[in-house]
Amino acid sequence: MTESRLIYLDHQATTAVDPQVLEAMLPYFTEHFGNAASRGHDFGWAAEQATNQARETLANGIGAKEREIVFTSGATESNNIAILGAARMYHRKGKHLITCHTEHKAVIDPMRNLENQGWEVTYLGVDAQGRIDLQELRDAIRPDTVLVSLMHGNNEIGTLHPIKEIGAICRENGALFHCDATQTLGKEELDVNEMNIDLLSASAHKIYGPKGVGMLYVRRRNPRVRLEPIIFGGGHERGLRSGTLNVPGVVGFAKALELSLQNREAEQQRVRALRDRLQQRLMDELDYLTLNGDPEQRLACNLNISFAYIEGESLVLGIPGIAVSSGSACTSASLEPSYVLRAMGVGDDLAHSSIRFGVGRFTTEEQIDYVAEKVVAAVRRLRDMSPLYEMALEGIDPSTVQWASH
Amino acid sequence: MVYSDKVIDHYENPRNVGSLDKDADNVGTGVVGAPECGDVMKLQIQVEDGVITDARFKTFGCGSAIASSSLATEWLKGRSLDDANEIRNVDIAEELALPPVKIHCSVLAEDAIRQAIADFQNKQQND
Repeated sequence: MTESRLIYLDHQATTAVDPQVLEAMLPYFTEHFGNAASRGHDFGWAAEQATNQARETLANGIGAKEREIVFTSGATESNNIAILGAARMYHRKGKHLITCHTEHKAVIDPMRNLENQGWEVTYLGVDAQGRIDLQELRDAIRPDTVLVSLMHGNNEIGTLHPIKEIGAICRENGALFHCDATQTLGKEELDVNEMNIDLLSASAHKIYGPKGVGMLYVRRRNPRVRLEPIIFGGGHERGLRSGTLNVPGVVGFAKALELSLQNREAEQQRVRALRDRLQQRLMDELDYLTLNGDPEQRLACNLNISFAYIEGESLVLGIPGIAVSSGSACTSASLEPSYVLRAMGVGDDLAHSSIRFGVGRFTTEEQIDYVAEKVVAAVRRLRDMSPLYEMALEGIDPSTVQWASH
Repeated sequence: MVYSDKVIDHYENPRNVGSLDKDADNVGTGVVGAPECGDVMKLQIQVEDGVITDARFKTFGCGSAIASSSLATEWLKGRSLDDANEIRNVDIAEELALPPVKIHCSVLAEDAIRQAIADFQNKQQND
């Protein structure tokens, strides 16, 4: 453990706050510390003005209106408000919801909660690349379907769902469409009108903004979407989300989106080139690798690879100082293999062998080359120690062997 | 996952990695675990006059699994078969300071030792 160098390649988990974002936030901690709901004095007005401006920036970023943006503590809360709020508001229309097996837990868990309370949820399956079948979605929508919740970009494997087509199907069939765009805001093209999105969740900390602030877009026209709040109190955010606004956070979120959109295409191109470089080097130098996710329709920053015959956690241990994510990216505290990879039909053996690399704004080509070199060396070393790799070299496919379970 | 220094040491400098001839009369082989569970250990012993003269392992698994099997080979060398049968998973877990979530790695190592010894003894009976 002599490596002192630290390289961050986990940008789907979170990102560093961009210095320009921090700078924009700082005055709102000390000088303009007012409560945006204090309508009677200058301190409150300064805070309110800042949040109004932020709201406008964020609304414009997704083609929405200011009054359609609700500030939250993050995308998890946004997803909860959207799903629980819509289900409870429209329960007279029906008690059916649609989502997908590979959604984030912040969507799956509120769905499960509703199932326990008598709602019915259809979980769409995915193919080996993590893609849903649009015909299956069309067939799943019923007259009593209240809401369809499908993410834009998958946090683990990066696969992009065809949001525009999904929005059109939901609109045609009279179901509300909620999109968790946490991984794509500021990166992929997003327009709530063009894509017929009725509810959209996003978070600041995935785009070089601060943690603890997110937003929920709630459509006000064609159709007007109404939600039952899940947090009650002072009636902030037009009663949809009570609680004093996180003014510095909101200001930082807006600045983060502004910066991301200014350079969106150039940054996407740069990040994709770095990701492709890493992918290419690993594929060139190692055998028995599998790319997880859609090879084309994928987040530019995401690279999820299964390194057959070695276990992911041991690989992470073998590349000290390099921050990547192994197994179920968000729940790697547990030893269960990723439920996303399972849903794609990836065997548990390969799921245990998966690593997610997430390239970001501050990643350099030199870092990528260093990481490639270290990963290749660690994989080779671990495979020399692996009884499964030994079998593979002897021409025995370990997946055909009868293993005693323990 | 934060590992103990001893786990890191075995992971970085594994002892006795490799394979012995599984068909040799004086070699016992134990293969335990399953790929879909995230760990497979292959542990082999070479026995002469009732004493283990060599031990080798190959492991697919996390750092704790690699360390448990590496430590097992270290402890096996020079022991009589009876002494080898005395090795318990709790001793391995304690020596490596394994956290509760990794205790199964030491259990697997104990199973591998038992299986290797049984395999060797089977071969002797069949002669």
